[in-house]
Amino acid sequence: MPTSSRSDTDQRFEITVNERPRTVVVDPDSPLLYVLRDTLGMDGTRFGCGLGQCGACTVHLDGVAMRSCLYPISKVGKQHVTTVEGLADGGKLSALQRALIEAQAPQCGYCMSGMVMTAAALLKRTPHPTEAQISDALDANLCRCATHLRVVRAVRAAVG
Amino acid sequence: MNAIEPVSRGRFLGTTGALLVTIGASPQMILAQAAGGTSPSGAPDPHNVDAWLAIEANGAVTVSWGKVEQGTGIQTAIAQLVADELDVPFSSITVLQGDTDRTPDQGFTAGSQSLFAGAVPVRQAAAQARRTLIQLAAKQLSVAPETLATRDGAVISTVDPSVRIPYAQLVPSGRFDQIIAADVELKPPSTYRVIGQSIPRIDIPGKLDGTFTYVQNVRVPGMWHARMIYPRRLGQVASRVDVSSLGTLRERVQVVHEYAFVAVAAEREWDAIVAARRLDVVWDGGDALPAPDRLDALLRATPAQTRVLIDTGDVSTLRSAPKTLRATYHWPFQSHASIGPSCGVADVRADGVTIWSATEGSHFLQRSIAALLGRGVNDVVVKYVEGSGAYGHNGADDAAAAAAAISARIGKPVRVQYMRGDETGWDPKGPATLIDLEGMLGDDGKISAWSAHVYSPTHARRPNGEAGSLLAGLLLGSPPPHGFFIGGDFNAHTNYDIVNQHIAVSDLASAALPYSSLRGLGAPANTFANESFVDELAHTVGADPIAFRLAHLSDPRARAVLEALQPAYRPGRGVAFVRYDNKTYLGAVVDLSVDQNKGAVELRHVWVAHDCGLIVNPDGLRNQIEGNVIQGASRALLEAVRFNADGVTSVDWATYPILTYTTVPRIDITLINHPDQPIWGAGEATTLLMAPAIANAIFAQTGARLRDVPLKFKS
Repeated sequence: MPTSSRSDTDQRFEITVNERPRTVVVDPDSPLLYVLRDTLGMDGTRFGCGLGQCGACTVHLDGVAMRSCLYPISKVGKQHVTTVEGLADGGKLSALQRALIEAQAPQCGYCMSGMVMTAAALLKRTPHPTEAQISDALDANLCRCATHLRVVRAVRAAVG
Repeated sequence: MNAIEPVSRGRFLGTTGALLVTIGASPQMILAQAAGGTSPSGAPDPHNVDAWLAIEANGAVTVSWGKVEQGTGIQTAIAQLVADELDVPFSSITVLQGDTDRTPDQGFTAGSQSLFAGAVPVRQAAAQARRTLIQLAAKQLSVAPETLATRDGAVISTVDPSVRIPYAQLVPSGRFDQIIAADVELKPPSTYRVIGQSIPRIDIPGKLDGTFTYVQNVRVPGMWHARMIYPRRLGQVASRVDVSSLGTLRERVQVVHEYAFVAVAAEREWDAIVAARRLDVVWDGGDALPAPDRLDALLRATPAQTRVLIDTGDVSTLRSAPKTLRATYHWPFQSHASIGPSCGVADVRADGVTIWSATEGSHFLQRSIAALLGRGVNDVVVKYVEGSGAYGHNGADDAAAAAAAISARIGKPVRVQYMRGDETGWDPKGPATLIDLEGMLGDDGKISAWSAHVYSPTHARRPNGEAGSLLAGLLLGSPPPHGFFIGGDFNAHTNYDIVNQHIAVSDLASAALPYSSLRGLGAPANTFANESFVDELAHTVGADPIAFRLAHLSDPRARAVLEALQPAYRPGRGVAFVRYDNKTYLGAVVDLSVDQNKGAVELRHVWVAHDCGLIVNPDGLRNQIEGNVIQGASRALLEAVRFNADGVTSVDWATYPILTYTTVPRIDITLINHPDQPIWGAGEATTLLMAPAIANAIFAQTGARLRDVPLKFKS
């Protein structure tokens, strides 16, 4: 009969998420995705496959897009974690998010957190991407409802 | 499966006849109502305005209905419809959906019927409410009702501009207690203010900032996380479960093992995931699956009853005429492939059961889970919470049922989150079908005879009140469910003017893999066959594909769709036309290129012309059409569920790939609006055009006629 949810193998990790220091005590093998969602209650990052195949779980580590479903908490270290909740600046949505709303891009919207994070990372490295560059960068983010065209239009519109 | 009888789509979705019948949805429920059966106590009386609308003291309006938002935009559309019918600001409306305690039973959100049929009682309730509000105000003011009107949430006088009574003052209790009159009339299109406008969708902002609550985010105090351990295929039983294989996790994990139902639960999600991977389970028995390359033979040999849908004129000439064209078309098992694997949360307690699910049919799930748990229906409440796009009957109901079964056994609230392999592997599949076609042209170059024979199982094995209609029920040993045939005959007929026709469907009693409703049901396969075959016939006389179709269409709305596409067509492109479910008219032209050396097909451009009657939200409609184009093209070019004797092997995105950003075409859509016509559905229709238009384009470019989906061009 289970008695406790803690384990001898749990370790304490101090990480920075959306500019805030957070402390978690978890299995060091826990992927960052479950630490964000289950431990920290931050549900904006989505579980899509747990296999790194779909991109729904994309977050930034020091501004670089990374699939959190395969990234163990033990590797995070001092890297700054940014999730979709952290993209807004003091409650004001980023230009990218506003453009996606303006374009009425989502259908079910489940892939959108991952799309936004991947697109945001692209815009950091390529501030004025072409449509082809946008498509290439997002190609490994899957969307089943198929809102691809609207997302590409919105990313273009976001940078003017 | 014991088939009862074939059921027309209207009966299945409860949309034939009067208001009464639009509420219930299953044949059984319709029969119960006809026999004087009543809704369970406590459920809203659907004949009363209060079942559908409430007005708060501050003027806020709550709409309650049984159809659910899945990203298709219908939540916004129903608010638009009520805003105009009731004359309230769009922004004042909140929509409740799919809650068995609070919203009427409208069966399933399915069949592209939500606005065509599901919205009818809501709009009628709003019309009755407005009529009642005017009557109440007339009485209060001692004036004739004809001198009053409604505007922006208040009754106003058409003769005295100073008179304005907010609705909340007229119905201070928030309840109307009014039966919806049979003669209540909806407002004419000339009065529409927000209907027909591209109002921004209510659900979108939260989907961009991470705050939207998907069912995957539902948390209940004291909740444990569970993971399923499914067998390789149905029929297997877990003969041995070795709990010691969990190692040190054993202290933190509960194992549920009953017959073929195996699950693990833990307080922390990662513990449940690791436990599910570690647990050593021995599976025995289960008949081997049929060989995938023998699917055709299996379809033809499966026990079936054959029905004739259309039998006009005389098709006997087809048997002996030298110029008869014959072809067989094949459609594979396909998966919903929902981006977010299904998730269900259940809290099973002695004093009641609460379920949170992205189910397309809350009341059917309620009845089925009650049967699964051996509880009364009134003990169970199902609350709809949006999941990821489902496109039919995916794993949503089964995840909820699994959670209920585990919660009942461990005495805690339970969340079952399907892993990727659970969703891609175990969602009920759109079934494989095949269609034989025969046709010939007369001396006038037109189709003189057409014969079709469809081989299809039913396309709906949804929760129906029986425990065995849930995967958890089957795994726990419940008998398989009863059912009825629906979907195999969808769009088996064409809408062309052909004098001599014979259309038959063989209703197959079973299928090789677990199967149920996938977007379009049998219509994508049947339309692939029909619209490919029309092109094949046209080709025998060298006819232009659009002109050939127009020569067989006298219906002006059908002609208008094809005429709208003519500018986009040129030789080398592919055409398809269909009238979805004898309602929405639509057509497509596809431009693609084929790399004959690599055997690769590249979609370049798709044009769609679409007439679905009254358009409620043009941009929302465009979004749906675009989605159908790309998803439909993905199904046409890439998708078939892989399996072997052991089980399904399509379990992730590598083994079930879909179209991605770099492979989607440009899309241009012409919308044809008829505001004076009913609101026909658009959630599925354009999918039907993609496989035939693509196949027709491939033929036009290469001379290779592909009759198997997915369309693989062999170099």
